[in-house]
Amino acid sequence: MKLDPITLSVIQAGLQQVCDEMDLSFSRSAFSPVIAEANDRSDGIYSAEDGSLIAQGAGGLPVFVGTMQYSTRTLIEMIADGSVLEPEPDDIYIVNDPYLGGTHLMDVRFARPYYRKGEIFCWLSNTGHWPDTGGAVPGGFSASATAVEQEGLRLPPVKLFKRGQLDREIYSIICSNIRVADQRIGDVKAQASALAIGEQRLDALLDRYGDAAVREAIAELRKRARTQMSACIGTIADGVYESTAWVDSDGVVDEPLAIRLKITKAKDQLTFDFNGSSPPCMGPMNSVLATTLSSVYLAMRHIFPEVPISAGAFEPLKVLRPSGTFLDAQYPRPVSGCAAEVSQRIAEAVFAALVVALPERITAAPAGTSGNFALGGHDPERGRDFVMYQLSGGGYGGNADHDGLSNGCSTIGISKAPPVEIMEQIFPVLYHRYALREGSGGAGAHRGGFGLEYELELRRGDARASFVMDHGRYGPQGALGGADGACNEVTVWRNGVPHTPLHLSKEQDISMLAGDRVHVKTPGGGGYGDAFSRDPQLVLTDVELSRYSNAQARSLFGVVIIDGAIDQQATQELRREQRPVSE
Amino acid sequence: MPHEIPSQIVGVDVGGTFTDLVRLDVRTGEVRLAKVPSTTDNQAYGVLAALEEAGVGLVDVNLIIHGTTTTTNAVLERKLSKTGLITTHGFRDVLELGRRTRPQAYGMKGQFEPIIARNLRMEVPERMDASGNVVTVLDEDAVLTAARALIDQGCESVVIHFLHAYANPDHELRAAQIVADVWPNDYITMGHSLLSESREFERGVTAAVNASVQPLLERYIKRLVDELSNGGYSGELLVMNGNGGMVSSRLVAREAAKTVMSGPASGTMAAAYTGRKAGIANLITYDMGGTSTDVALIRDAEPSVSSEIEIEYAMPIHVPMVDVRTVGAGGGSIARVNVAGLLEVGPHSAGALPGPICYGRGGKMPTISDANLLLGRLDPTKLKSVEGGVSFEEIEAIFQRELGDPLGLDAIAAAAAVIRMANTKMAGAIRMVSISLGADPRDFCLFAFGGAGPLHASALARELGVPRVLVPSRPGITNALGCLVADLRHDFTNTVNTALDSVDMNDVHAIFASHVVEGEALLAKQNISVNEVRHIFSVDMQFAGQSHQIRVPIETPKPDRKTLRTLFEEAYFNRFRVELSEIRANLVNLNSSIIGVRDEIDLSGLIDPSGRKASLDLAQIAQRKVRFDDGFHDTRVYWRDHLPTRFTMNGPAIVQQMDTTVLIEPGDRAEGDANGNIMITVGQPL
Repeated sequence: MKLDPITLSVIQAGLQQVCDEMDLSFSRSAFSPVIAEANDRSDGIYSAEDGSLIAQGAGGLPVFVGTMQYSTRTLIEMIADGSVLEPEPDDIYIVNDPYLGGTHLMDVRFARPYYRKGEIFCWLSNTGHWPDTGGAVPGGFSASATAVEQEGLRLPPVKLFKRGQLDREIYSIICSNIRVADQRIGDVKAQASALAIGEQRLDALLDRYGDAAVREAIAELRKRARTQMSACIGTIADGVYESTAWVDSDGVVDEPLAIRLKITKAKDQLTFDFNGSSPPCMGPMNSVLATTLSSVYLAMRHIFPEVPISAGAFEPLKVLRPSGTFLDAQYPRPVSGCAAEVSQRIAEAVFAALVVALPERITAAPAGTSGNFALGGHDPERGRDFVMYQLSGGGYGGNADHDGLSNGCSTIGISKAPPVEIMEQIFPVLYHRYALREGSGGAGAHRGGFGLEYELELRRGDARASFVMDHGRYGPQGALGGADGACNEVTVWRNGVPHTPLHLSKEQDISMLAGDRVHVKTPGGGGYGDAFSRDPQLVLTDVELSRYSNAQARSLFGVVIIDGAIDQQATQELRREQRPVSE
Repeated sequence: MPHEIPSQIVGVDVGGTFTDLVRLDVRTGEVRLAKVPSTTDNQAYGVLAALEEAGVGLVDVNLIIHGTTTTTNAVLERKLSKTGLITTHGFRDVLELGRRTRPQAYGMKGQFEPIIARNLRMEVPERMDASGNVVTVLDEDAVLTAARALIDQGCESVVIHFLHAYANPDHELRAAQIVADVWPNDYITMGHSLLSESREFERGVTAAVNASVQPLLERYIKRLVDELSNGGYSGELLVMNGNGGMVSSRLVAREAAKTVMSGPASGTMAAAYTGRKAGIANLITYDMGGTSTDVALIRDAEPSVSSEIEIEYAMPIHVPMVDVRTVGAGGGSIARVNVAGLLEVGPHSAGALPGPICYGRGGKMPTISDANLLLGRLDPTKLKSVEGGVSFEEIEAIFQRELGDPLGLDAIAAAAAVIRMANTKMAGAIRMVSISLGADPRDFCLFAFGGAGPLHASALARELGVPRVLVPSRPGITNALGCLVADLRHDFTNTVNTALDSVDMNDVHAIFASHVVEGEALLAKQNISVNEVRHIFSVDMQFAGQSHQIRVPIETPKPDRKTLRTLFEEAYFNRFRVELSEIRANLVNLNSSIIGVRDEIDLSGLIDPSGRKASLDLAQIAQRKVRFDDGFHDTRVYWRDHLPTRFTMNGPAIVQQMDTTVLIEPGDRAEGDANGNIMITVGQPL
């Protein structure tokens, strides 16, 4: 049987629809705001043979682009070798082990076999970020963990639902090991019901088009996705593209970690070689292989968003296993920073390497950190403990079309930051400022977007502040002659005395008392192109809006502004004198 | 309340391309229609032109109800009044920073222009905490200095937006007094006045939108009123709001932000009205135009309303609005074959210019409209009348080259494929809207309007499992009809945000009672007769620890605790199929709508009874070959205005009319009713 191209397209849309409905169902019914509002979840369909990705919801968190196919593959292998129980209809396996095709422990994956006439036709799987999975600190982001056991409860694939029934024993083990366990049942039911919705919708699709046609369509779509990605890659000139991106430190040892990337373009294929990157680290900035691969895929999807996510699209992207580096961490290396921080730096390395080849498509580096600030303490007025998270955005990179966006969300996320008013309602803090960080955008013909600057005060009680941020040592990279964006800065004011975290962007458990303050400045985006070629009128506008000072207009952009007007002649002279200088 | 019964009433809606008008004589039932090009600079000219085309004598008119895109366009194009902001020290950038987002999940590019420029955003010392306690007293001198600076910079409007003003508005109220002493006009918007809920970005943007469109709307309405009174009009002018209700032109500018998105709202109101008259309370509205398709849900004859609508990227306007979702494709959506050899329809559109190839304005890319034409669904003889002149063969050749060759199909099969893909995508999008609102599309009737809606509706319904399609008599002027039938409406929301177990139910009852008093007082202020006053009450609830809420309609303004819990659990289970008796419930918002229901309007004159023929055969104007999923059928073509009042016809058939084409597919059965609607009962899949 040969499928006509229209039926093929219609089945493709149908598979996509199944995944989108799972995504929608999961977030609409989830309990945790991390899933319900921040959409820190993803749903997809995976092959019965090897777990390869058939289709994935368009609204899933970007960092999950590739991970579930590895966890599903591992599950299939473990079933085959007998280390996991054989599946039965309506079973759901739960797993969060990072080394078995995951990210960090908080990303909990469910997998459900989908049966057709007694045989497994494919797998349905989803990931949701649980607010807590136990471990040393609430929320799981311990900047000083040195082993995965300190990061939380690690679950190998086990059946949480057996023939549709929740296994109360396993569930009670989980609940005894995590914080705020009483609300988790809401997320568990939401996550399971999303898979049930997927099953219903897939039934309808298969009933309509027939199992054989859908099976054939899946195989054909895989080939075509490969063709499509190859065609995109074909627009890149053959050659070797290199870049380096830096993680400030691992949180334990104060030394930068290098991501050294060499991309080789040949024959419609890209080969990604990360060998030469730093070795595995003591602290939690290790990445497991699945996350490293997924980071490459999500970067490519940012570059070519028109290619649908599927295993076929990944085939022309060959990632050499970076054994012996911190991008292929093995048990028991701590990994909590892999999804939030290291993944963004991997994407930055991909952008930085390829921007010369695809200058219209790729931006200078975005802020590239989730800006995770956690404050845990005791609120004496309400007589209870609290844990607060402030995730924040930063500037995006300038690009061929325009300046970078200000205060954009992380490269790997799509979530909104909470309003100041909501934070103050729930936690004993008072924000003194929540502002655009002036001067932070990297200079360029199209400048980077601006970061965020906020300052908050602990109003009562005592608390401990922890930071898992990045880009404190090196700003987001400029491109094609543009300058780097401003670095992340953190200052904790204790009793009027400023304290800078030892690793600039990372430190655990800085104790604070009422009246002490935290002041954070997030990175600006990298600039794109030569700043001295920026339209002076745009520079003047930025000065009028106090985004840059007069002095910065002169030093960064070579534009002389006198009494609110451009001095054309002085500007020309300044730009002529300084531009040709090369180091 | 005066009880003058108007004899002629006019509904006039200014859309992006056309200004549509319906005039009804309520004594005789006679209807006149007009459709003229919109005049973007001053929409009043288009309104006058429409009145003239319909031959309406203004002295005979007692009431004009007007839908305008003045404010929508101003916001989307950022052609706004110069507006300043006075805000809490440290927070002037809230309007620019937003909630740390990007316009799309993939692709790291994006741009955002805030409503108020940074140099017009002033900070003053003052601060409330989340409980409404003063942390820093208001620096009144600083307010005055800021106001003067904004006046010096030429601001016409000003927003006063302080943190936590929803909890305690004292500082905003005081600052507004100070500003009012020096501000040259009344364009002063306080952050808490339109929306008294937490979330400083959303509340601030809502206020900023209001302030920055207020002078524009007021000037526009004044011009229109002047023009109308010069023409001899002495009646009342009402303006549509985005909530599907209308307000007096004398009051509308005060809350100008509420007029944003009023066009789609009035279309939905017309659908609800038409459906109710036809005895159908549950509808999915499907409005397909040239560039986009809008979808909304009507349950129990009430359109879904949301207070969390974002009209474009990072532009939330959090006042109650009919929840109309744009789902993409329109007749101008372009079809192409991608490098993987797969057919794609949209997201690119040929727009109005050059438009589809068949418009003859230079379009060279195959679109949905062109596909409909090649398949005989649109009347190919109309091609002769298009300005640039384009032949069927030219369109066919482009389809062959762009789509047929790469897909290995002939041009006609390629056109059929375009329609199939477009319908698959649209059905998927409609399904997502429907389930995101907790509704199964199979329980609804599809209400098809807009120029292209009735052409695709039957196929979509079949795809969605929707049993019936309702095509109103005038699908192309539905928004104007919505103006005609809309009620007076005032919405209220109070945030309680307390555990249901500990909330004081007396407080809840008192809040609902205050909504009723305030709403009825506002209705009395308007010089319009109402038939009855309806009250609609609902609560928003969630389980503790959850961030989503769901809306639970309640019958009475004096609900008891147990009923609320039961209704909420039912609603939650119906929506998510998840039962969570183990978790505590929170009562978040109390909502009321106080509606002044206007007199019933007779719709039967929308199609002139004198033009109707005695039988279907007499209404037939042509017969042509039309391609459906299973191939070509010899298909009878009828003229809508000639159809007998009551008829039954079996598909395939086509009904043409001035502003749209209705496609009745093989297996479908269509019936006419007294109000001129066509009800299509969808046949089984082929």
